[in-house]
Amino acid sequence: MTYIAKPKFHHPGLKKNELGYTHRDYEGKISTLCAGCGHDSITASIIEACYELSIEPHRVAKISGIGCSSKTPDYFLGNSHGFNSVHGRMPSVLTGANLANRDLIYLGVSGDGDSASIGFGQFAHSIRRGVNMTYIVENNGVYGLTKGQFSATADRGSKSKKGVTNTDNAIDLVAIALQLGATFVARSFSGDKAQLVPLIAAAIGHKGASFIDVISPCIAFNNHAGSTKSFDYVREHNDAVNRLDVLVGRDPIAVDYAPGTVQVVEQHDGSKIALRKIDADYDPHDRLGAQTFLARHAAKGQIVTGLLYVDPDAEDLHSHLNTVETPLNTLEADTLCPGSAALDKFNASLR
Amino acid sequence: MSDKKPISSVNDFVVRFANVNGSGSASANEMFARAILRHGVPVSPRNIFPSNIQGLPTWYEVRVTEAGHLGARGGVDMMVAMNPQTWDKDVAGIEPGGYLFYDSTKPMPSTKFRDDITVIGVPLTAITNSTYTDPRQRQLFKNIIYLGSLSALLDMDPKLIEQLIGEQYKGKEKLLSSNVHALHLGRDWALQNLKCPIGLRVKKSDKVGDRIFIEGNSAAALGAVYGGATVCAWYPITPSSSVAEAFTAHCKKFRHDPETGKAKYAIVQGEDELASIGIVIGASWNGARAFTATSGPGISLMTEFIGLSYFAEIPAVIMNIQRAGPSTGMPTRTQQCDIIACAYASHGDTKHVLLFPEDPAEAFEFAAAAFDLAERLQTTIFLMLDLDIGMNHRLCRPLKWDDSKQYDRGKVMTTEMLEEGRDFGRYLDVDGDGIPYRTYPGTHPTKGSYFTRGTSRDRYARYSEEGSVYADNMQRLVRKFETAQDLVPRPLQANAERPTKYGVIYFGSTSPAMDEAIGMLEARGHQLDRLRIRAFPFHSSVASFLAEHDFVYVVEQNRDSQLRQLIVNENGIDPVRLVPIVHYDGSPITARYIAKAIGDHQDHLKVTPLRKAVS
Repeated sequence: MTYIAKPKFHHPGLKKNELGYTHRDYEGKISTLCAGCGHDSITASIIEACYELSIEPHRVAKISGIGCSSKTPDYFLGNSHGFNSVHGRMPSVLTGANLANRDLIYLGVSGDGDSASIGFGQFAHSIRRGVNMTYIVENNGVYGLTKGQFSATADRGSKSKKGVTNTDNAIDLVAIALQLGATFVARSFSGDKAQLVPLIAAAIGHKGASFIDVISPCIAFNNHAGSTKSFDYVREHNDAVNRLDVLVGRDPIAVDYAPGTVQVVEQHDGSKIALRKIDADYDPHDRLGAQTFLARHAAKGQIVTGLLYVDPDAEDLHSHLNTVETPLNTLEADTLCPGSAALDKFNASLR
Repeated sequence: MSDKKPISSVNDFVVRFANVNGSGSASANEMFARAILRHGVPVSPRNIFPSNIQGLPTWYEVRVTEAGHLGARGGVDMMVAMNPQTWDKDVAGIEPGGYLFYDSTKPMPSTKFRDDITVIGVPLTAITNSTYTDPRQRQLFKNIIYLGSLSALLDMDPKLIEQLIGEQYKGKEKLLSSNVHALHLGRDWALQNLKCPIGLRVKKSDKVGDRIFIEGNSAAALGAVYGGATVCAWYPITPSSSVAEAFTAHCKKFRHDPETGKAKYAIVQGEDELASIGIVIGASWNGARAFTATSGPGISLMTEFIGLSYFAEIPAVIMNIQRAGPSTGMPTRTQQCDIIACAYASHGDTKHVLLFPEDPAEAFEFAAAAFDLAERLQTTIFLMLDLDIGMNHRLCRPLKWDDSKQYDRGKVMTTEMLEEGRDFGRYLDVDGDGIPYRTYPGTHPTKGSYFTRGTSRDRYARYSEEGSVYADNMQRLVRKFETAQDLVPRPLQANAERPTKYGVIYFGSTSPAMDEAIGMLEARGHQLDRLRIRAFPFHSSVASFLAEHDFVYVVEQNRDSQLRQLIVNENGIDPVRLVPIVHYDGSPITARYIAKAIGDHQDHLKVTPLRKAVS
């Protein structure tokens, strides 16, 4: 058997959140990824963010595609339903699930192969539609599960473990998400939990299409010299535009220790994001500005991280479709079926 | 000039309109068909249209049939030749003794006509141009003018046409009166200048009854509304697009909350068929009733997801409005050519449930039933329509609904059941029918969650690559498919008057042509028992039917006799006893074709018709 059972007992003194859940209640099975994989750090950040937000674990639906990243929903939120779907098709499955029940929280987990290559179209169109979701790409620039082929986010000129140089241009999913109208766009680094946890928390609170690109080095196939997705490379080239905290009716986590100004953004669900600005000129409400900023820094070889854009008044697909507040999956024949009298009338109109 | 006696027939003839696509002829032609229905005379109209928006030839054929034969007949008794591009072919296609109706504004050389037909010229362009100045009006009213002329020639009651115009332009007085005016322009010209009526005539009858006139796609879409579909995801493709469009229209009418105006449905036009089926599977996984409508190329694209639906056991309803393949094939022509592609869609060992409605009334019923079946069986259900049923108006019995009916949501473990401590194994066969319980996401804080995946797993949904665990699951899926046999619509059998060793199997849109062909074959002395298959997996009565007959003809509209292949494969019978009768040129199969093919084979078998034997 390749699955591993995880012991259920835990220390009685474990801290509990508002709902009385411990950290352990947000965990899943033991990861079967390589030891030290960046994806496991992202898993830890998701667990942390959900714990911090006091989300009921079973009210999250975790949906993924295929690949190393897409396996990770098995490793967090063990009491949530998960769906490891088809390669590149997480966005459509998530869209359908969201349409069926607007009351759950939708976490889409994907990788760079899953979202930038085979599923590029679905990524784009789910963002365009404004599906209320948190879409996380665990981006390592490489096909890990099939042993080290380049993905579409691999930078031109970067080298594979075998020494092959990538000659194709890279797709920057953050730039695309901004262009397509995502209403929450961020980038982070799997090794920077302090930045990533609040970003995930804020994305979950956001009503609309939230996209987070998380650079996540593949220690097996993309952590060597010549790679632009290695731990060393990303640390050296990371340029954070801001640091943020998510305030959900509790004391903010030390807002004032970082230099620069603080800006509080209130989201639709009432949660607040406090942005500690590192770059004083950066305005996260300016889509065009974000696009320019991103392009300018990319030209300098810098990987911009942080919350790049947020529209706190975003609408989602359900608003566009004007669907009822009651989840569609709870409606029964009494409200869905027009009945025989209406059918008789319909028949009469066809004679 | 005719050396052949003009055809004389009351309430039994075929009129074909040859038009240019985009010229606005469709509504006038449809009005012609409806007007005949209002005379109490059944009609069976068919659109023969190109994959084009403007400029290419298009035809509309109306079979006037007091006897109620709703299949295509073949042959044309009167050609309304409004398209110079196709003139020669159109004129050549008229039955000897038939009629040619044309616009005689410009003189035509006599070589353009035939000696054995009656030629009727009406100066349509001249009449139109002297009455209207606006080019668009000229174009549209010309169609109504020929409708007026035809009403005089065929002895139709103009009041009934006026009534239809009145219904169509209700509240638009100006359009109403100008249409009635145009109708009488054409009618009066014919009455004054031509011998009216001709040999073909429409006489009032009472053969329509309470039947309705509807397109299969609209009926199937309404079936989805009645069946409780709340999510529809689709990608435009001929001939299926009108399913989603009709679903949208029906939902606008029936599915908005009267107080808030909010929608009790969600329709998404996907970016492609992959997204459409993905949305359907996501929604169904989450407990909503969801469907997509597509055609052959869409099925090809969806197959990976269909395999997921089969293996991970997620309900889905796919309406496949079949068109002629392979590849892009003939997008606007009909066939029943996706039987194998759907029955075994996707890689690995898979089998899927197919439903074969024969007309719009059954399309409505089966569409609604498909959602019950999908949730009961937790798998994909295909509703197999085709262009002939889907995109043509068909006279059929009124749609019926039983208000006491509740939806069968299948085996869903609820919060209460989980609280009671019921053992939940997502792929555990608790009842021996191969169908496990499922839970909806978000049901219970600590119980009933599971990880859905397309990879192999054990009865408790835990990942496993153990051979025995995999095989156990695959065998359960076979059991489930056996369960499906008794849940799907059963075949309908009709026996010949006298016992016979010969049978015929048919399905779907072949139905009306088959019914008519049986009469023709009986007239020739051939007795055939018949079985109309309405679903796959095949009910045990299919095997019994095969056992009871020496030879069984399988009539279908594809080249490779796909249903026959499926029967041979699933029943393990000697293929020699199943005689393929196939028709696949893209036109709907006709009774004449079936009767000839079966009759010739019977002759080849040296079967002495009973009548001859006794006479």
